[in-house]
Amino acid sequence: MSNYMGLPDILFYVFAALTLLCGLLVVANPFSRSPVTSAMFLVLTIISMACLFVLLHAFFLAAVQIIVYAGAVMVLFVFVIMLLNLKEEERRRIKTFGLVAGLLSVGAILTIFIKSIFGACDSSCCTLPLGTVAAPTVEGDTHALGMLLYTQYTLPFEVISILLLVAMIGVITLSKKDLK
Amino acid sequence: MQVGLQHYLVVSAILFATGLLGVIMRRNLLVMYMSLELMLNSANLALVAFSRFSPDGQNGLDGQVLVFFIITVAAAEVSVGLALIVALFRRRQSAHVEDLTSMKL
Repeated sequence: MSNYMGLPDILFYVFAALTLLCGLLVVANPFSRSPVTSAMFLVLTIISMACLFVLLHAFFLAAVQIIVYAGAVMVLFVFVIMLLNLKEEERRRIKTFGLVAGLLSVGAILTIFIKSIFGACDSSCCTLPLGTVAAPTVEGDTHALGMLLYTQYTLPFEVISILLLVAMIGVITLSKKDLK
Repeated sequence: MQVGLQHYLVVSAILFATGLLGVIMRRNLLVMYMSLELMLNSANLALVAFSRFSPDGQNGLDGQVLVFFIITVAAAEVSVGLALIVALFRRRQSAHVEDLTSMKL
């Protein structure tokens, strides 16, 4: 049974590979350094991550991910790129010190992450195979999520709406023509 | 091999490291901002995985609620940050961090 690989497992590997590949291409694309290319690969990353959410039975969040990130945030990014009229970024020399320091710190953080993930999972509390988790209902958890949002998490929900209002006012103030 | 919590966490960790590498290495403000989004997304993936693999007896939806809030905050943060970048570009005509050193000692 442990060697049996079902369709969800295969799909996990496919979408995980796609997510990581596109994420890497956002950061370091060997063919182009234009921000538009990075933005397009970020859209691909976000969409394949929404597929991973579906595999995790978080259907509502997958929809929100596509609508908010791929729909709204990335349109904003592309719009700003267009507005700034960035010229093709001339190849500035990447400083060796920055490169070495960056790779070193990223490698250190990655080592800590991987070590702690595999260290913590020896206690067998987080190696639950999928079978022991309660099977989700057909319509997903959207109803339960909404109930939780309006009962237990009412205050954070209201605070978030105030945050959005503050952000809106801030953006309008910042984009006035005669910014002091 | 059956896919478990560890697989998702490893993907999330690698994605976070990729985003961090982008923030450190790239010098374009917009691309740095996109790498930041990548890091936020990797945290979301870890949270959703935790909520899926939470032990029996809990429905484990708290993680998904948290992800919902994170997405909202990220949207607000992106709008403010991009407005700042546009305002900066109007004054300096550059979106390159090495041109923005007037606060350096």
